[in-house]
Amino acid sequence: MAAEMEPPPLGDAGQTDFREIEDGEGFFVSTVTILESPEPSSPDPPSMPAEGISTNGPKQEDISLDDDPEDLFAEATEEVSLDSPEREPILSDGPSPAITPVTPTAMLTPRMGLGTAEMFERSLDELEEDESGDTFDMHIAVSDPEKVGTFNTTSMTIFSKNETTVRRRFSDFLGLHSKLASRYLHIGYIVPPAPEKSIVGMTKVKVGKEDLSSAEFVEKRRSALERYLMRTVKHPILLKDPDVMMFLESSELPRAVSTQALSGAGILRMVNKAADAVNKMTIKMNESDAWFEEKHQQFENLDLQLRKLHASVECLVCHRKELSVNTASFAKSAAMLGNSEDHTALSRALSQLAEVEEKIDQLHQDQAYADFYLFSELLGDYVRLITAVKGVFDHRMKTWSKWQDTQLLLQKKREAESKLQFANKPDKLQQAQDEIKELEGKVQQGEKDFELISKTIRKEVSRFEKERVKDFKVVIIKYLESLVQTQQQVQHIWVWIPIGSVVGE
Amino acid sequence: MRQEEQNGGCFQKIANIARLAAQHDDLQRCCTFIIMTSTLDDSEKEKARSVSVDLNNDASLLIDIPDALCERDKVKFTVHTKTTLSSFQKPDFSVPRQHEDFIWLHDALVETEDYAGLIIPPAPPKPDFESPREKMHKLGEGEATMTKEEYTKMKQELEAEYLAVFKKTVQVHEVFLQRLSSHPILSKDRNFQIFLEYDQDLSVRRKNAKETFGSFFKNMVKSADEVIISGIKEVDDFFEQEKTFLLDYSSKIKDSTARAEKMTRSHKNVADDYIHISATLNSLSVDDNTALKKHLEKFADLFEKLRKVEGRVASDEELKLTELFRYYMLDIQAAKDLLYRRARALADYENSNKALDKARLKSKDITQAEEHQQQCLQKFDKLSESGKRELTSFKGRRVVAFRKNLIEMSELEIKHAKNNMALLQGCIELLKSN
Repeated sequence: MAAEMEPPPLGDAGQTDFREIEDGEGFFVSTVTILESPEPSSPDPPSMPAEGISTNGPKQEDISLDDDPEDLFAEATEEVSLDSPEREPILSDGPSPAITPVTPTAMLTPRMGLGTAEMFERSLDELEEDESGDTFDMHIAVSDPEKVGTFNTTSMTIFSKNETTVRRRFSDFLGLHSKLASRYLHIGYIVPPAPEKSIVGMTKVKVGKEDLSSAEFVEKRRSALERYLMRTVKHPILLKDPDVMMFLESSELPRAVSTQALSGAGILRMVNKAADAVNKMTIKMNESDAWFEEKHQQFENLDLQLRKLHASVECLVCHRKELSVNTASFAKSAAMLGNSEDHTALSRALSQLAEVEEKIDQLHQDQAYADFYLFSELLGDYVRLITAVKGVFDHRMKTWSKWQDTQLLLQKKREAESKLQFANKPDKLQQAQDEIKELEGKVQQGEKDFELISKTIRKEVSRFEKERVKDFKVVIIKYLESLVQTQQQVQHIWVWIPIGSVVGE
Repeated sequence: MRQEEQNGGCFQKIANIARLAAQHDDLQRCCTFIIMTSTLDDSEKEKARSVSVDLNNDASLLIDIPDALCERDKVKFTVHTKTTLSSFQKPDFSVPRQHEDFIWLHDALVETEDYAGLIIPPAPPKPDFESPREKMHKLGEGEATMTKEEYTKMKQELEAEYLAVFKKTVQVHEVFLQRLSSHPILSKDRNFQIFLEYDQDLSVRRKNAKETFGSFFKNMVKSADEVIISGIKEVDDFFEQEKTFLLDYSSKIKDSTARAEKMTRSHKNVADDYIHISATLNSLSVDDNTALKKHLEKFADLFEKLRKVEGRVASDEELKLTELFRYYMLDIQAAKDLLYRRARALADYENSNKALDKARLKSKDITQAEEHQQQCLQKFDKLSESGKRELTSFKGRRVVAFRKNLIEMSELEIKHAKNNMALLQGCIELLKSN
């Protein structure tokens, strides 16, 4: 009889299927998170089941949520998002706490209604220190409240606890990013961008629409947040930032206040962005460093290509979903045809064909899922990351421009001063000379700033590229493995005709 | 067998000449698609014909379409006959025919009173190049947005699609003729012989406007009469069952055909997406100067290979599943037509009975009425007898064809999946070892 095979969910949730995270391994967690066993020496495959802390939300089954009877969602619908590539998420925290109902998809119990305040819970596991000594590996899983990771003892010095679980709202993530961006972007650090808000998705979830698309949205967001956090903590400088530490550790966070969309601060941000865009066009920099010229061009190209690829992969996801739907519909039709067929053996064969096609449809769905979460989301992340990289290059330009402007100003003041020399106005002369001294200091500072940001960017780009290579390598292989799995299943499923006997005779 | 090989060689030459001609731009439009059925080996030909099995086995009359030409909208088929029958003038000959000629033949058979008790093989559907043509148009519009390589690959894909449509249409036309030639009664039809043999243009014999209108009207009446079929009081259990079965099955298989078509089309879309992905990955790889370069290159290459396999999966599914369903949907319709004709005959018989009673009452024209009634009865009995035979053999044919196709499709699916896996695993190993 037909092999009754359930295609195993990609990256099983709730099952004991683990993979090792090698030292310094890519963090893009698309499978079960590793929960380390208590030995600090080597990352053995953990002995206990990863309790659903995985990105494969839709397959999780045994998660329950806490109820919060207050109605809390004011993640306002007045989200305003600019289309500029350097978009920083514009947050709208309404007057009441903004809560994101977040549930792993399979889990839309009746309790996930309008009133629930699902929040993200994160458990923080720390892996052992890297041999190089100054970096360490951290593993973060974003999951549902009930699931908690195991302890891991390390010789971690920075954090007081070895394992933390905290609850965070979506707006908290956005707030964190906003702080980091304002602190680090302008001096050349590539701050990973946070996931974007989506009005449509959120509205659906809020309205309590417990259908597949809102469930998918929730899972998509959960996965994105996890990747965002992992990227952030992988950055050696960002990890040491007090806000990051607070985010990871403290039980309560002050509300991200300055992130309202249509607030004064929000409008100001928009205006500043517009001004920036104009300025960028007018700055003509004398690039003395060929490296920057080259890299800038490289990233421009990479940006274009990645966007194109992302679009193609999104198309693929869409088509595969379509294929799945059409296969399911054909399966139903074949079943009905089988019922109608009066020749017994043929009728049976048609019914079996219907069953086979149903299984194939499930396979297509699973594959579309992998297409999306492995391939498409990686590309989307990198498109956004490259935007951040380009932003950092722009900041360097601005720094240079500021320095040059200060120099020009100094020159003007010097000319003015020399004129004043012959004008016999000792007060004004003194003033001018004071100003010149100040400006000279500023010019020096400007030059230092420029050199510093250039140096930082070089380091950052090199780190970024390393990460990029790692990321892509890992994901490519994972994706290929998902394809292999699918094809394996296809083979098994189509062995449905027991030799000889289907249509008798 | 040897004859076929010789024929194959001869047509191979023609095909080669046509290929060369096609390279010349001016002629390209005309000669774009010369089907090289002759280049298919025998086993592939067999598979292509498996929609209706057990055809073309009788050496006394062998028919095939070895060649076809596509000019703009018109397809010209070369119908080749080999026969040992003396009713034909030559033992081996070919004629060019258009799709309309096939339709003429089909309609002529349908209108032949003597064949009312037979299932007339369904007419082949009109060649439909709409889908690939539209895609080609879209491709032309979008040319600017893709790289030269990508464009070339897409164009190749589309040309393959054209070819597939072409092969399909040749197949259904061929099967139509072979159904006729293997039918004990239909193979002897005079019109059939003319179709095979007449070496002039058949259009003289084809419907003129008036006749076309006549048959249109007939079709309208027929669909109204489907109500009659369901309404008529059936005396025979066999036909009662068949009627119920056919009416229900007919609508279901129509539905299945439509959905199968949607499914195979989606599959084709996925395969096409792989082309774009492969092309972009290639561009990325070219520009890349990190350790990722080789990875991207191999990844791109893999997608290119995968899409060929996926394309084959899609077209195999189409041939074995969608076309199978579509053919039997048409065949079921032909069977329904038979039931209809029999129902009409029954109605005529009942009417003639009533007329006879009336005549007896009035004592007028009794003999006439009796004769008429006898005729009707005979006709009805003949239809019933022949109909029973036809419907029974139809069921057998259907079961065998479904079985063959479903098994073949499953085998192909497995083969392609194995292929895919080999490609994928090969690539994974390469990448991991880097």
